[in-house]
Amino acid sequence: MRDVAVLGVGMTKFGELWDRSFREIGIEAGFQALVDAKLSSADLGALYLGNMASGSLIDQEHIAPLILDYSGLAGSHLPAIRVEGGGASGALALHEGWLAVASGAYDFVVVGGAEKLTDVPDTEANRIISGTADHEWETVFGATLPGLWGMVARRHMHDFGTTREELASVAVRAHEMGSKNPNAHFRNRISLEAVLHASPVAEPLGMFDCAPLSDGAAAVVLGPLERARKFTDTPIRLAASQVACDTMALHHRRELTTLDSTVLAAKRAFTQAHRAPADVQVAEIDDGYTISALLAVEDIGFVAKGAGGPSYARGEFSGQGHLSVNTSGGLKAQGRPFGAVGVAQVVELVRQLRGEAKDRQVSGASVGLAQNVAGTGATSVVHLFERVN
Amino acid sequence: MALEAGIVSYGAYVPRYRITPAEIGQVWGTDGAAMGLGLGIERKSVPAPDEDTITISTESLRAALVRGAIDPQELGALYIGSESHPYAVKPSSTVVAQAVGATPLLTAADFEFACKAGTAAIQTCLGLVGAKMVRYGVAIGADTSQGAPGDALEYSASAGGAAFIIGRERVIALVHRTLSYTTDTPDFWRREGQRYPSHGGRFTGEPAYFRHVTECAHKIMEASGTTSKDYQHVVFHQPNGKFPVRVGKTLGFSEAQMKKGLVTPRIGNTYSAAAPIGLANVLDTARAGERILVVGYGSGAGSDAFDIETTEEIERFDRSFGTPVEEFLSGGVNIPYATYAKFRGKIHMGGS
Repeated sequence: MRDVAVLGVGMTKFGELWDRSFREIGIEAGFQALVDAKLSSADLGALYLGNMASGSLIDQEHIAPLILDYSGLAGSHLPAIRVEGGGASGALALHEGWLAVASGAYDFVVVGGAEKLTDVPDTEANRIISGTADHEWETVFGATLPGLWGMVARRHMHDFGTTREELASVAVRAHEMGSKNPNAHFRNRISLEAVLHASPVAEPLGMFDCAPLSDGAAAVVLGPLERARKFTDTPIRLAASQVACDTMALHHRRELTTLDSTVLAAKRAFTQAHRAPADVQVAEIDDGYTISALLAVEDIGFVAKGAGGPSYARGEFSGQGHLSVNTSGGLKAQGRPFGAVGVAQVVELVRQLRGEAKDRQVSGASVGLAQNVAGTGATSVVHLFERVN
Repeated sequence: MALEAGIVSYGAYVPRYRITPAEIGQVWGTDGAAMGLGLGIERKSVPAPDEDTITISTESLRAALVRGAIDPQELGALYIGSESHPYAVKPSSTVVAQAVGATPLLTAADFEFACKAGTAAIQTCLGLVGAKMVRYGVAIGADTSQGAPGDALEYSASAGGAAFIIGRERVIALVHRTLSYTTDTPDFWRREGQRYPSHGGRFTGEPAYFRHVTECAHKIMEASGTTSKDYQHVVFHQPNGKFPVRVGKTLGFSEAQMKKGLVTPRIGNTYSAAAPIGLANVLDTARAGERILVVGYGSGAGSDAFDIETTEEIERFDRSFGTPVEEFLSGGVNIPYATYAKFRGKIHMGGS
């Protein structure tokens, strides 16, 4: 296997993009990434596109050749492949792209993620995203994603004494960072009181504990590290790409408060990259719900099991310590276009590692981690990135 | 463009029954009181089983005719804007014209443009009157709108109407200018044969209501060379109690300027009648020389704006006939959901 580098990144603004179509945002992100990589489409070997539910959301399947076609590349006859894994579709597409370049099958590939959630009513969108849980065991009985994560939160509070305020501090931090991100869905700061007093969604989770339904697209260009210097002065090495899966239904898990899929994917990723959690300065984690962020920092190994709440509330991940989490604003503030999330995380990390994150820049960041989760954790994907000096 | 026409007389009518958001919420297992706070709605009006857009229009027009001392035979045009005309085919306007004694020498038609059909009818009358094709034209906005049971709309959709007689003589409120802003924005709709409307959720906010109302208000003030400071009153379409206040603040209006024109918190969203009843409430206490900005909104979507100024004639206008809007706002009889369900035909009856 050869070393793989990220050569270019691009993304659209995230939000309620009512005046823009799926193909339009997909193309914009892809072209931005190609321009950033200074790569011609003639150099490309393949396109991978992460997407959760275009068929249900916009009545369009077969979307990878669609984006290729409307990018003016139908004549290239490139292989264009959609990758689906719920909310982790984007990171899974990146995993496939990494395998393709690392194996030598292709030299240069574009990995995109795109989702258009606001073309259907909110209730319909919530029904569709809940399809990433187990239909026969969970959603057919009325369970929803926030409902299931609400149960995880309740158990976490019971087992570890996690408080409502600690959960709320995740959302406050997310909006603080989102306010500095021009692409973010939400650019307003929120107070702890606002989170605590928001309407309940699935107690203990309220409206501000849940990431929004967003539209958006992101893309990256991957290529062999040995040829990266031809295209960029700051190639970012994709040091590890690991996927781990678990039971679909939450109640079949070993325990409710640990995502074994994240534990394993992270462990394998650190082994692959010869790194440890303490080496990471910037991390983009899945905070689809405030409780998911606590599980992420615990299960990746940044803090001990049960210590996520107090660590967040003390501001340990806000840049004062050695680790900054979700400088993009995360899913909560940057937005949550499901299939695009895993790729957008990489866009933020690459900008951090290149030193191009402007107001959000973490000084001296050289190692970054991305964690992307689907459903209630049946799939976790962990990627590690390093600045190459 | 100085129009020589304006409002000669007006009247409003709101059915007497009321229901609270808390009462609706308890049926559906939701916190209705919180829903009401969120929407800015304390109560909404409910029409009795024998009331519809035609009876409501007739009540409001009768009040307007008596107040203005106008012979119904002098009416040359009668238009009713509504999204709840009792018949899909057969005009409401002919029934109302006959009921008030305005037939047969007049033109009549029903208008539909979601919540702004009433203001569109005012514009049409201004044109006819301005062109001296008719002496008086009647524009009515009236609705008995329904939200599907359990839907967010059920907390706001109510009933009411207001009639405006437009003319060139004895004008109590001169319309300096009217201007519209229209685009194809499908935020709210009801297809032929459907009982309840559908809506685009959050899409009904920013790209729909806020964009059209804000742009239309900006454009008419730009054309008139005015700013928010030049108006004593402002009346917006008011689908709930929150949207008009937010748009008013954005445009630089104070709560005092919005106060008289904001009626939805107390009677719910009367759709085509919402801005017209707000305007009627302003006129109920206005003195000569007060300037009023009215900006309606209809889903689909468009806004009609009016730059209005009361004249000396309003000091002589006899308001003693008809019911003042304030009485409709503060009066009424609260009913339980069961009665509401019966009145609104939500109970499935046996037989044919």
